[in-house]
Amino acid sequence: MAAATAGSGAGSGASDSPEATGGSSGGGGWRRPHGPLQRYYGPSTAEAAEAPPDPTDINGPHFDPEVFMTKVRSECPLGQLLAREAALSREIRALDSDMQTLLYENYNKFISATDTIRKMKVDFRHMEAEMDDLAANMAAISASSARVSAALQDRHRRGAQLAGVQALLRKLQALVEVPGRLRRWAGTEPARALRCHARARAVLRHYRHLPSFRAIEDESHAIMAELAQRLRTRLRCETLDPKELTECVEMLLQLEEPAEELSEEFLSQAGARLEAELAALEAELPAADPSGTATTPPPPASDILDFVDRGSSAFVGTLCQLASSYRALFGGDSGRLEPFAAALAARYFALLERRLALERGLGDTSLLVRALDRFHRRLRALLELLPAGADAAAALVARAARERVDRYLRALQTFFLGCLGDVRQALAAPRPPGKEGPGLPDLLATLAASVLGQLKAVLAYVQLFTARDVAFASLPYFKGEFCVTAVREGLVVAFVRWLCRTARGFADGPAERGAPAAPPALLLLLSRLCLDYENSTISYILTLTDEQFPPQDSGPAVTPGPALCAEARAAAQRLLDHYVQVQGAAVAQMLRKSVETRDWLGTVEPRNVRAVMKRVVEDITAIDVQVGQLFEEGVRRAQSSDSSRRAFSVYSSSRAPGRYAPSYTPSAPMDTHLLSNIQKLFSERIDIFSPVEFNKVSVLTGIIKISLKTLLECVRLRTLGRFGLQQVQVDGHYLQLYLWRFASDERVVQGLLDEVAASAAHRCLDPVPMEHSVVELICERG
Amino acid sequence: ARALTPQTAETDAIRFLVGTQSLRYDNQIHIIDFDDENNIINKNVLLHQVGEIWHISTSPADKGVLATCYNKTSDTKVMTCAAVWRMPKELESGSHESPDDSSSNTQTLELLCHLDNTAHGNMACVMWEPMGDGKKIISLADNNILLWDLQESSAKAVLSSSTALEGKGQLKFTSGRWSPHHNCTQIATANDTTVRGWDTRSMRQIYCIENAHGQLVRDLDFNPNKQYYLASCGDDCKVKFWDTRNVTEPVKTLEEHSHWVWNVRYNHSHDQLILTGSSDSRVILSNMVSISSEPFGHMVEDDELSDQEDQHQEEKIKEPLQDSVIATYEEHEDSVYAVEWSSADPWLFASLSYDGRLVINRVPRALKYHILL
Repeated sequence: MAAATAGSGAGSGASDSPEATGGSSGGGGWRRPHGPLQRYYGPSTAEAAEAPPDPTDINGPHFDPEVFMTKVRSECPLGQLLAREAALSREIRALDSDMQTLLYENYNKFISATDTIRKMKVDFRHMEAEMDDLAANMAAISASSARVSAALQDRHRRGAQLAGVQALLRKLQALVEVPGRLRRWAGTEPARALRCHARARAVLRHYRHLPSFRAIEDESHAIMAELAQRLRTRLRCETLDPKELTECVEMLLQLEEPAEELSEEFLSQAGARLEAELAALEAELPAADPSGTATTPPPPASDILDFVDRGSSAFVGTLCQLASSYRALFGGDSGRLEPFAAALAARYFALLERRLALERGLGDTSLLVRALDRFHRRLRALLELLPAGADAAAALVARAARERVDRYLRALQTFFLGCLGDVRQALAAPRPPGKEGPGLPDLLATLAASVLGQLKAVLAYVQLFTARDVAFASLPYFKGEFCVTAVREGLVVAFVRWLCRTARGFADGPAERGAPAAPPALLLLLSRLCLDYENSTISYILTLTDEQFPPQDSGPAVTPGPALCAEARAAAQRLLDHYVQVQGAAVAQMLRKSVETRDWLGTVEPRNVRAVMKRVVEDITAIDVQVGQLFEEGVRRAQSSDSSRRAFSVYSSSRAPGRYAPSYTPSAPMDTHLLSNIQKLFSERIDIFSPVEFNKVSVLTGIIKISLKTLLECVRLRTLGRFGLQQVQVDGHYLQLYLWRFASDERVVQGLLDEVAASAAHRCLDPVPMEHSVVELICERG
Repeated sequence: ARALTPQTAETDAIRFLVGTQSLRYDNQIHIIDFDDENNIINKNVLLHQVGEIWHISTSPADKGVLATCYNKTSDTKVMTCAAVWRMPKELESGSHESPDDSSSNTQTLELLCHLDNTAHGNMACVMWEPMGDGKKIISLADNNILLWDLQESSAKAVLSSSTALEGKGQLKFTSGRWSPHHNCTQIATANDTTVRGWDTRSMRQIYCIENAHGQLVRDLDFNPNKQYYLASCGDDCKVKFWDTRNVTEPVKTLEEHSHWVWNVRYNHSHDQLILTGSSDSRVILSNMVSISSEPFGHMVEDDELSDQEDQHQEEKIKEPLQDSVIATYEEHEDSVYAVEWSSADPWLFASLSYDGRLVINRVPRALKYHILL
């Protein structure tokens, strides 16, 4: 078994991996005989796990010959036993031959290994001798080297000493040369002198107890003092640019001049320089005019962008430079710097403000915005040094923006007035016969469009202030307050308000005292304009504004659209009412004069409708056309189909004696008009000068009511003859025929004309009304 | 009917005179007595046969004397004349007989004198000297102002002075008032849209409010307590208050009516109360505290030591009333042509409309106490 193990070990050494090959059955030819051996010695883990130890398995590790024999003997018949025996002996033979082969192979290897070992043994014996030789040589070498170094040691020490002395001497030489160098450099290169002095100073101070060194130190001190003196004078007298100034002060500081004093000097120098720059800037501004008598300041030499550019590059740049070098020189102590810088910055702001104030005209807003932007950007650097200035600067920018917005508001107002002027002119312009002037709707459209366009343009300009690429647009003011307070409230809302006020002004203002009253057509136009504003334009404008200038949630309260709409509506109402009153008054005046100047007693029998009535109808028709151009038709009350029938009934009833010839009893004079009173009780009270609605019918009704009521009151003041009454009757019928279609409620016209007829009859000495058919005939003929 | 006047000389009883307008019947003057305590109206009728009455005014000195402007109609011509009348003695101070009595016995006015206007044109109104002894009257005739002296106990009217308004066009006075201030030397007249002030001594114009109203000026009244204040009303539906020292701008304007305002009257003792009548058939009582002679606002501290009564009065006015319309009276069905305060009771007024309805109203009690206390 032991031999078998060794053979197996050699076999396994030849093969790569015994388990793997054992697992695979299809290997090379000579491997086959290893198979069973292999299986015996290295059962695969799989097999081991698979089967419980079987003592009858001849190849298994737990083979028990006794058990096997017993088993075979007891189980197998003789024939099978014989066959088995033959198989076993065959198998044993095969195994023996296998074993022999393996033995031969391993034996050869063993023999070659023994040969090699023998050869090695011989070589080692040589080497040992050589190693001994080497050790002896090395010992000899070290002994001689020790001897040499002992011999050289003394010389070496002396050499080192000499080198030290030389270095010292060189240093001394440098020290001695210091004053000379200082003197040489003090004039031309103070910085180098300073460096030199700084190097030497410590040594000199250390060895000052030696007289020679003291002399050198004193001398160099004197030189440096002189240098300091020179630097000071330079600092004081000359105008240095900031860099030189900084250098100068830096050197002085190195010379251990008192920092306090120096910082003051520095600031005063810097101040002088900045003042000069400010003065240069100021020179560009026209002289301040305290008396305000100058008619118009000459146009500024350069535009604002240029000005700001120069200001920021020169002044702000210098200030920044100075401030930072101050910081660097005098450390974090800025107690003195801040007020200094603040004062200067304030002056600069003031200058800039004055310059901004010169920007009277509307000019180029983008230029202004760019200028302000540059100013703001430039200033930001400064503001890091000077936090207090931030507010002032922001306020300045905000003020400028605000100012500009106000300008735009004024410009808008002027523009609107200009438009109105144009419209007035267009209305007043004498029209060549046959050629119609521009219609009211055209005028209205032009007016509205141009005003809206202008407003939009202004908004676009103002939007530049909040453009994203403008630095100051990110300030909280421009984000919130500017949008809401300045633009929305200050510009848009204010303009709309102003527009309404101006429009109202036409109705309220000129009234009857002084100032040429606005032509009625203008009133009508403005009324329509205001109404349009109420209906759509205001909400449109506000939406537009809110889009372009999104309001902050927490921003100040804004005027809500409905409030503005209400204002516009009120203005429109007022204008329309005024229009009705003006037109009504015109017609009424005509009627009044006609009634007052006529001799109603001595008049002849009416043959015609009076010319003035025709004129009234013409005028009202003209007004109807005018109003119809701008306002919708409106609703009428249901009309009776036959107006002439109604008229007939009125006149037939007016012929009833009970009404016009009351039985006049002294005892009951209050009952005389009982009939008419009762009738009135059932009719509605008519408000003459009442507000009208925004439609044509309502407007016309208003005018007609005013006219007819006037006619009524005038007739009541007169005394009429028989023909006078008949004339009034004819006129009334004529008006009735032509006016009912204008009024919203025919009954209003009817009622008023009835009253006119009744009053006329009452004021008549001889009330004999005309036959209705004759009246109709005359009216139709007229 | 258009003519209404309080009986100016009467200070005890509430009495109004109304003149009728009728072309075809005899015109009358109705004397209306109002018994405040019993709320009874008593009426006496006087015949006025010469014509329809357009204007009526009573003498401030003699209860029985009155003046009317009336239309005299012939076939082809209408002439407005004026005359001074005396009513029967028993009616002077009101007869408290049973009403049915008065209906039967209508009495006639006694003519004292005619104001001869043949040379001057139609009479628009007659004004009595407010504080005088009933001897001086002024009448407006077309474009003339005529100052008459009544002599021999009003039996004779002598034209003492006159002046005419000259100008282009047909100028015609529509109305006038005699100022109770300045020793009764000023009157104000209205023609067309202009209000003019005149001095009765020199008969010269002293001020002129051009275009006082947009249209015709219908009536005027002087503030009884503030000598320079004047109210006017007109066809532009407005009532305006003027300071005659500054005639360029009205002090205040009221726009409450919806048609011509025919009449404006200051209350005689409380000049913040303004009464207006209009042809929109409304009578409006307004409270114009801000331009009245009443102390406006709180001024107690200043005159704390002034006389007890004043102080008492002022203290009560804790919250001064704002200028406001107190009440709108819509009892009338037709145009109201005349409103008048009673001469006897400052809280009572009458209004008269075209259809002849006379309405007597009181100032609301709450306001009355507010003003008084």
